[in-house]
Amino acid sequence: MLRKSLVSLLAASTLMMAADKLNGAGATFPAPLYYDWAYTYEKTTGTKVNYQSIGSGGGIKQVKSRIVDFGASDEPLQSDVLKKDKLMQFPAAIGSIVVVYNIPGIKDNEIKLKNEIVGDIFLGKITKWNDPKIKADNPNVNLPDKEITVVHRSDGSGTTFNFTYYLSEVNKEWKEKVGTGKAVDWPVGLGGKGNEGVTNYVKQTPFSIGYVEQAYKRQNNLSGATVTTASGKWVEATEDNAKASAKYAKWSKDGDFYQILALQPGDNSYPIVAGTFILLPEEKADMNKDVVKFFDNSFKNGDKSAIELGYIPLPEETKNLIRSYWKDKGIY
Amino acid sequence: MKYMMDTLFENLTRFLALLVLVVLVAVFVVLYNNAEPAIEKYGLSFVTNEKWAPNMNIFGGFPAILGSVLSTLIAMLLATPIAIGIAIFLSEIAPAKLKTSFGVSIELLAAIPSVIYGMWGLFYFAPVVREIFGGNGIGLLTGGFILAVMIFPFIAAITRDSMNTTPDILKESAYALGATKWDVIKDVVIPYAKAGVIGSVILALGRAIGETMAVTFVIGNVHQIPSLITDATTSIPVTLANEFNEAESKLHYASLFYLALLLFAISFIVIAFAKFYFLRKVRKAK
Amino acid sequence: MKEHRILINKIILTLSTLAAILGLGFLIWILFVLVKNGLGAMNLNIFMYDGAPPGVAESGLRHAMVGQLMLAVGATVIGVPIGILAGTYLSEFGQNSKLANFIRDISDIMMSAPSIVIGTFVYAIMVAPMGYFNGYAGIVALAIMMIPIVLRTTDDMLSLVPNTLREAAIALGAPKYKMITQVVYRSAKVGIFTGILLSFARIAGETAPLLFTSFNNNFFNLNFNEPIGSLTVTMFSYATSPYEDWQKLGWAAAFILAMFILGLNIVSRFFINRKRK
Repeated sequence: MLRKSLVSLLAASTLMMAADKLNGAGATFPAPLYYDWAYTYEKTTGTKVNYQSIGSGGGIKQVKSRIVDFGASDEPLQSDVLKKDKLMQFPAAIGSIVVVYNIPGIKDNEIKLKNEIVGDIFLGKITKWNDPKIKADNPNVNLPDKEITVVHRSDGSGTTFNFTYYLSEVNKEWKEKVGTGKAVDWPVGLGGKGNEGVTNYVKQTPFSIGYVEQAYKRQNNLSGATVTTASGKWVEATEDNAKASAKYAKWSKDGDFYQILALQPGDNSYPIVAGTFILLPEEKADMNKDVVKFFDNSFKNGDKSAIELGYIPLPEETKNLIRSYWKDKGIY
Repeated sequence: MKYMMDTLFENLTRFLALLVLVVLVAVFVVLYNNAEPAIEKYGLSFVTNEKWAPNMNIFGGFPAILGSVLSTLIAMLLATPIAIGIAIFLSEIAPAKLKTSFGVSIELLAAIPSVIYGMWGLFYFAPVVREIFGGNGIGLLTGGFILAVMIFPFIAAITRDSMNTTPDILKESAYALGATKWDVIKDVVIPYAKAGVIGSVILALGRAIGETMAVTFVIGNVHQIPSLITDATTSIPVTLANEFNEAESKLHYASLFYLALLLFAISFIVIAFAKFYFLRKVRKAK
Repeated sequence: MKEHRILINKIILTLSTLAAILGLGFLIWILFVLVKNGLGAMNLNIFMYDGAPPGVAESGLRHAMVGQLMLAVGATVIGVPIGILAGTYLSEFGQNSKLANFIRDISDIMMSAPSIVIGTFVYAIMVAPMGYFNGYAGIVALAIMMIPIVLRTTDDMLSLVPNTLREAAIALGAPKYKMITQVVYRSAKVGIFTGILLSFARIAGETAPLLFTSFNNNFFNLNFNEPIGSLTVTMFSYATSPYEDWQKLGWAAAFILAMFILGLNIVSRFFINRKRK
């Protein structure tokens, strides 16, 4: 009797704990946004959402092994993988990946790099900033005779997945030699941990090039390159151009929202756009309800900060589709 | 009653002393068990395989092992002479006042958490390396440098202690025979302190090869064999810090445990070697 | 010949002095950087607020300071009794036996074991089976690092206690366990306490064993059953981040932690000196 009541007391206390604390981990790509949402959420509801930005690889791994309440990844998982690991998936926002550089004296969007050239730089085939191939598209820029330091990720990263997906599509040699993945065997460069680490190394290292989510570029005043659309037109990483890509997304509940947004058609579609996703363990219904509450609340009140940071909020109809997905799964 | 309590107490203490042994064995067993899929798949060729590509599920430990060995080697080559110089200065040259204050600050430096060395290395030392040696400042050389700065106080402090154990009477008789300071150091102090000095250097080596935080900020975190000393590379602890929390595939996870097992074995051998050959303390019989 | 020797003597002595100056130079450089950045980043908010997104002024390290202290104290609660009793066995019972000497060697090896490997070990035996990152795993990892240090100091300190004291206690008819706990411990207490302080200082600055165990937490948390933030892991993530205000907080954390650890070392030095006199 005593034991029984003790057990139920224990269960009750863990439930109470569950209600005001959530642990999430994963993608660094949306981390600035989730930090912001979590900060506001704690201020308004008292629920603490402890989000640790450890990379998408970490997010998938830790939610698969049920070590966190929710995982975050910018590499969407296919339905069969989700089924196998008993996971649910929905997008939380859209962002764009910017090719950033640090060349003293050269400003934002001053350098134009064709998509294929970006691949050659990350392959280590183009090693200097004043390489004729770069010069050809930048006749008026005073390109320095300096070695290019390539900065990439050291951890398993959804940003890397989307970036290498893009490189594989636009550069044949990249596809053959390196391929697509969250962590690849990089031909050159040095590795920073998270979008944070890459941004930091690019900031610290003159004549470097890297790739980070738009929010990191903005918050840290980095310079980004103008790249090309799938159809070969010059395009800058602006909000409108990212939106132009995002509008091609075909979100559907059936595929658990699986969607890759890189290289969409259209004359002003920025080529490296990606959704960022949340992964939930199917069996933890109560916990999932709490997680969903947080995202529902952020969908309602968080668009403004998303835009300020440089993300594209999901359109209202997509949000409603997600809500109905939650309802189907019995967690909303 | 009296004896029962005594036996109880003795058994309790013996059990806890044996616990240390149990933990050591448990570490080996747990690491081995978790590493098994990688050990089965690669065997010892894991040590020489060069490619580490998680997206293709290929894992070779050579770059990380090489990075560990090279960064430690650089650190030892830089730190040992400086540390021994400092020890000579402290035990034989410095005036008494400086001896204590400088000696104490060296010991305090050895107590600073290694993550702080890493921060200092990234923000202050890497740019200096970039200026002097070229490259981008992040790489093997910088990693070795930071390790050297981290371990030289440790070597210096122990070496000084060993040198200080030389009986004054030996030194004084040598001076009386007309020996210079260097003669005394070379022929009296160093032979007397040799075992302790070598032992401390090997202990420092053990510490350097297992160090994570001081190195991960500056070594570059890439599985690549450096062709220049300033190139980016990785080491075993750095690889673990970067990838352990996210190793999704079974083989990736197991390969990281394989690396951890190798590191543990290397440090075990290094330290055991130092202990058995140089630092064997003879316990005074009571 | 004689002149040759004097020349070499001069060269070596100069080189040694240069080495000392170089070493001192690095010391001063690091301390200067630490104090300059640390003091520059110091303000009251650091002690009043918890982690916040970059750009928020009400951002501090309260959660990490409390977390670090909880983890270190937790490890001490586990590690110190085990270390002292195990050390007691070596010094009072095992003495020079083969087993005792073997355990001494093993313990010394564990003392220098790579801390990140201890982290992976504890992840495998605690975090993975329990199913979540938690503070208990963090304190177990730190305790594993602490036990060999306490064991070694206890062993050394107890062996310094003169045998006449033991004999006197036994002659009075005291059982051995009473002799040890009331006579031997008492006369070695300053030494053991100093050892505990130093081992506490050592583990309070550890990062690597915490990465996979207590993980990190942006919020204030007193529950060992959940992830716990710590100064060292916070420093790692803030210093590698690109945000200037986070980097500043990282330096503040470095300064606070370094001062705390150096303070502990200075206090223990004071005890050692007092004992010598």
